[in-house]
Amino acid sequence: MRALVIRRLLYMVPTLFAISLVAFLVIQLPPGNYLATYIAELSARGASVERAQILALEERYGLNEPLHVQYLRWIGGILLNGDFGMSFAYQRPVADLIWDRIGLTVALALATMLVSWVIAFPIGVYSAVRQHSVGDYAATFVGFLGLATPNFMLALVFVWVSYRFFGESAGGIVSPEFADSAWNLGRVLDVVSNLWAPVLIIGAAGTAVLIRVLRANLLDELRKPYVTAARAKGLPEWRVILKYPVRMAISPFISTIGWILPTLVGGEVMVSIVLSLDTTGPLLLEALQSQDMYLAGSFILVLGALTLVGTLLSDLLLAWWDPRIRHAQTEEASA
Amino acid sequence: MSTQPDDVLLEVKGLRTHFTTDTGEVRAVNGADLTLRRGRTLCVVGESGCGKSVTARSILQLVERPGRVVGGQVLLHRRGPGGAAETVDLAALGPRDRRIRQVRGRDIAMVFQEPMASLSLVHRVGNQIGEAIRVHNRVSRAEARRRSVELLGRVGIPAPERIVDAYPFQLSGGMRQRVMIAMALSCEPELLIADEPTTALDVTTQAQILDLLADLQDSRGMAMLFITHDMGVVAEIADDVAVMYLGSVVEQGAVDGVFHAPRHPYTRALLESVPRMGAPRRERLPAIRGSVPDPAHQPSGCVFRDRCDHAMPGRCDTTVPPPVSLADGRRVRCLLYGGDAPAGHADPADPAHQFRPDPAGASARRADEEAADAD
Repeated sequence: MRALVIRRLLYMVPTLFAISLVAFLVIQLPPGNYLATYIAELSARGASVERAQILALEERYGLNEPLHVQYLRWIGGILLNGDFGMSFAYQRPVADLIWDRIGLTVALALATMLVSWVIAFPIGVYSAVRQHSVGDYAATFVGFLGLATPNFMLALVFVWVSYRFFGESAGGIVSPEFADSAWNLGRVLDVVSNLWAPVLIIGAAGTAVLIRVLRANLLDELRKPYVTAARAKGLPEWRVILKYPVRMAISPFISTIGWILPTLVGGEVMVSIVLSLDTTGPLLLEALQSQDMYLAGSFILVLGALTLVGTLLSDLLLAWWDPRIRHAQTEEASA
Repeated sequence: MSTQPDDVLLEVKGLRTHFTTDTGEVRAVNGADLTLRRGRTLCVVGESGCGKSVTARSILQLVERPGRVVGGQVLLHRRGPGGAAETVDLAALGPRDRRIRQVRGRDIAMVFQEPMASLSLVHRVGNQIGEAIRVHNRVSRAEARRRSVELLGRVGIPAPERIVDAYPFQLSGGMRQRVMIAMALSCEPELLIADEPTTALDVTTQAQILDLLADLQDSRGMAMLFITHDMGVVAEIADDVAVMYLGSVVEQGAVDGVFHAPRHPYTRALLESVPRMGAPRRERLPAIRGSVPDPAHQPSGCVFRDRCDHAMPGRCDTTVPPPVSLADGRRVRCLLYGGDAPAGHADPADPAHQFRPDPAGASARRADEEAADAD
């Protein structure tokens, strides 16, 4: 097992390098750069921009250098000093801008994952064990609704309902009265009380998927001979089901750790905008639009690294969970 | 039940297990009767789909939806607490009843056809055996583990201290079946039901497993219900044999009697279709003509009459043959041996007169019910 962990950690190094390269290049792909956009904006407002001024700016941001030099300077700064470069638009170090948002995104991802597990597990098991019951049909119906409704739609409905019927403007994670206070118990409780709605909205589709997957897997497993064999020992039915078929059917839950973060970052920009959540989504979108290259690149790099960590965790957990995977990988390693 | 001899352990009477499907009710087991005696091995033989596996599962209420036991009795005569004899009707218990759970694994244990699929691949061998012990006995984990190792040794597994911590996917098919057997023996059951335990194994391993089962059965004096379609296996291990056709037992008796003097036309046909060493080579083996009818659309009367050389028009298509007891405890369901005359008024001219009619009279009542059902 230890060899497996070490091997997987080593694999991460080239992968991380590739991610950093791709992140950097993708931002360079669109024509022009931040300065071009900036100058175009200035000219549009009627201000004249002098040639010398442009050159000075290029010099300052290092934009006149070849690509590989820019990349090496950027990645070197990150590796050696934890310096992610400057954001052009905000005129502040990228590191100051991204960590709060990444922290919130990761917290939201974890909360969403846990909540979807907690909701999907009992419903999925129930719907499989009591297949074709009223409860199963109800869960299937609600599940398909959750699957078919875009999350931002749910967010809009939520905002409308809370404003129309409760007179509150929903949105944000930190209530205004705590906006400037330091972290204390009150602020934590406030965040938790504001977090449940986004978590449920963002988790709706994922939860529905998990319920469907768990139900389908469990239905397959319930018909296998080892379940009958376990019953033949005289075990109570709930123990038979929880110990054997559920154990086999639940692997997709563990896999969610690997894909929840990218899904959240990519898919929930709209929800974050609607609910004005300070997650990575909206700022990343803005950075990409204005070609704020170091900001966008750093976001993509950090999120990519976190996704790798998530995948690693889910793979290791799966290996711990299923001895067949563990043994297959150990054999492969020794071969 | 005072008329039953002491050594009867389990009686299956008129067992009916039906599967409700979209195309109708399939009567997988349709009035099966079996008698199991202590310390003896009963082999149940029959073609695929004749309901032998479902019968075995019905005994322990292990039939999966959409199947369910809808009628008949499964009487277990066991020594209750304090040694007093008690009789439980397992067919009357629900599949999730606490009382059937206490019978499963403790009084009656089961070994299944596919050892690979019947063991959980993600739990250690010791965990799965220890669990079977701890369901019925209040012992510590350490004690359960000690007993698991001992059991593994007794079923002929080398290095049981090591195998107890192995996962089933690390073992060979024969080893897995030994593990299943160790698990089944863990609570010292009075009856072991083995549902084609050697079908999925290669021939050498088959022989080893058969020897092991015969040994264990002998040394522990437990009864065994052995399901198989292999006549060679029957000859090797059976004391008694029951022949099933389309959901009912057409003939039951001691193995020598049934093999040497089969009474039911189906048993005869079945035995004739088995290849023999030393038989003339170029002759084609006789096959039973026709094919097994769809259990959802069974013929009226005797279910074998379409394929039977001795079918009697006017009798076989109207009356469901009741079990008729012959000499030596043989029981046959065929009108050639009587059964369609009103109960207690056997015609002396009927070939059945030389045999004792079914003493219970219950079977005659059941026959009437079945005849009504079949219409």
